[in-house]
Amino acid sequence: MTVSASRLLRDHRAVFAGVGVPLLASVLAKQRHAPDLTIVLEGGIIGPRMLAGKLPISTNEMRAARHAPMLTSITDVFLLAQRGFLHYGFLGAAQIDMHGNINTSVIGPVERPRVRLPGTGGANDIASLCNEVLVVTPHELRRFVERVDFVTSPGHLGGGDAREKAGLVSRGPSTVVTDLALLDFEPESRRMRLCALQPGVTVEDVRASTGFELLVHPEVCELEPPAIPDLDILRELDAGAAARD
Amino acid sequence: MDGTPARQLREALAGKPSPPADKLMPAEAAVRLVRDGDHIAVGGTLYSRTPMALLFELLRQGRSGLTISRPLTCYEAELFLVGGLAGGIVTSWVGIGLPWGISRVVRELVEGGRATYEEWSHLALGLRYKAGAMGVPFLPTFTMLGSDLVGLVDTRELTCPFTGEKVLLVPALNPDVALLHVHRADRSGNAQIDGYRHMDADMAAAARTVIVSTEEVVDAERIAGRPDATVLPHFQVDAVVEAPMGAFPHECYGRYEADFAHFDDYVADVRRDGIDAVSAYLDRHVRRQPDFAAFLASFGASRLEGQQARAAELIAR
Repeated sequence: MTVSASRLLRDHRAVFAGVGVPLLASVLAKQRHAPDLTIVLEGGIIGPRMLAGKLPISTNEMRAARHAPMLTSITDVFLLAQRGFLHYGFLGAAQIDMHGNINTSVIGPVERPRVRLPGTGGANDIASLCNEVLVVTPHELRRFVERVDFVTSPGHLGGGDAREKAGLVSRGPSTVVTDLALLDFEPESRRMRLCALQPGVTVEDVRASTGFELLVHPEVCELEPPAIPDLDILRELDAGAAARD
Repeated sequence: MDGTPARQLREALAGKPSPPADKLMPAEAAVRLVRDGDHIAVGGTLYSRTPMALLFELLRQGRSGLTISRPLTCYEAELFLVGGLAGGIVTSWVGIGLPWGISRVVRELVEGGRATYEEWSHLALGLRYKAGAMGVPFLPTFTMLGSDLVGLVDTRELTCPFTGEKVLLVPALNPDVALLHVHRADRSGNAQIDGYRHMDADMAAAARTVIVSTEEVVDAERIAGRPDATVLPHFQVDAVVEAPMGAFPHECYGRYEADFAHFDDYVADVRRDGIDAVSAYLDRHVRRQPDFAAFLASFGASRLEGQQARAAELIAR
């Protein structure tokens, strides 16, 4: 999953990454095929280099800021995204729906939530403002729901041109990468569509882990498995994450 | 001070000490500037450059009816809610960090209707402080549009009179008091921050009263030797408190790393005893300590020096 996500990132771009798999995938991309990818973190950090074995736990700490050519304020970093400088927004998802809307706020009614989740942090801003949004998340039935309980981070909202009509000025989610598959959004309906499978996974496997009617691309291909160097780098960066993949 | 007209906000600054007076005072005196019912903006973010020495003093003194705002809140928010000082938080995120899971304390209080969590996007909250800092009543943005966050908080959509685009207006946030921790300040309040600045400068400019704790108090000449690092001019600042390691157990860029083991212990206690663990933490680390220096001393010198050594390694070029 991390390796597949890293391969989406092209060189000479700026990626606004959250901690966890998005950051790991960004660091991997820099080491493998995108040396001039600029990592941007919400803690006011532009262009840091991560140290193997010392990955940050949050995007607001010294580990996240090593060798960064620029440290500024949180607000200023998000304003770079609003201006349009940041190509990729890279997010995880607690709950995602068929149109790529993400919920990290509440399960159940807002007034008296059944589960009060941590909240948006910068996720809403990344989803609202970065040119293109990539989502990486484990493919589980409880995560892939028909409608999220609450739209924390806007995807394609109700589908079609709903996102544009809401006034959002960027494209929104283009790709969802999971441990089972790679999915895009069908251009008209903006519904999630299966494009490619992780090695050894079937279309039925993906359907069984998806809580809505899944569109399937006419030509579903298989994703390249991770290469040995990918796994070596991940293992060196963060033993825990490499084991998960 | 939500929705206060600009003239009134400007008049509220009249009481500030405008000549470069000596504002150095103990935390105990500085924190007395906080009144019951105040909106407190807490500087830094998550576990970085939190004004912990000031917060602990405030927790020791006690207040009621406070509202706490912060870009991302860490466990200090739990101390204020459980300690009975604050009934609500205004933020974009609560917790400590991914390894420690969702905040059980905030969950229990908010799900039980005993505390409020007003959720803004990270940038929207930043723009609220920025509008407050700019002396204007709102700022337009494209963030948060279309999301359900818009329905929870006080925003307005407007068609831009110049381009015809839809924009979201977020209202200025002018806190009653901003509590900040900085790397160095002189006695009059000229204050410098190293590394990332979080939202501190905007909070300070927006607030009516600004209390600054500092790793070290330095001569005015030393501040003037690096004027580009100065983030707050003296006339914004009402009180200066000398507090070495004053953000601990959180980090201060280049000075000391956050004490993750302390978070582990805290979260383990909360998992075992629930909200009672937060009260126990307040008793042990705040109320039974005469001051912040005593809290620091309880960790032992070698542990504190270890945190400092790790910071030096992390910012080494």
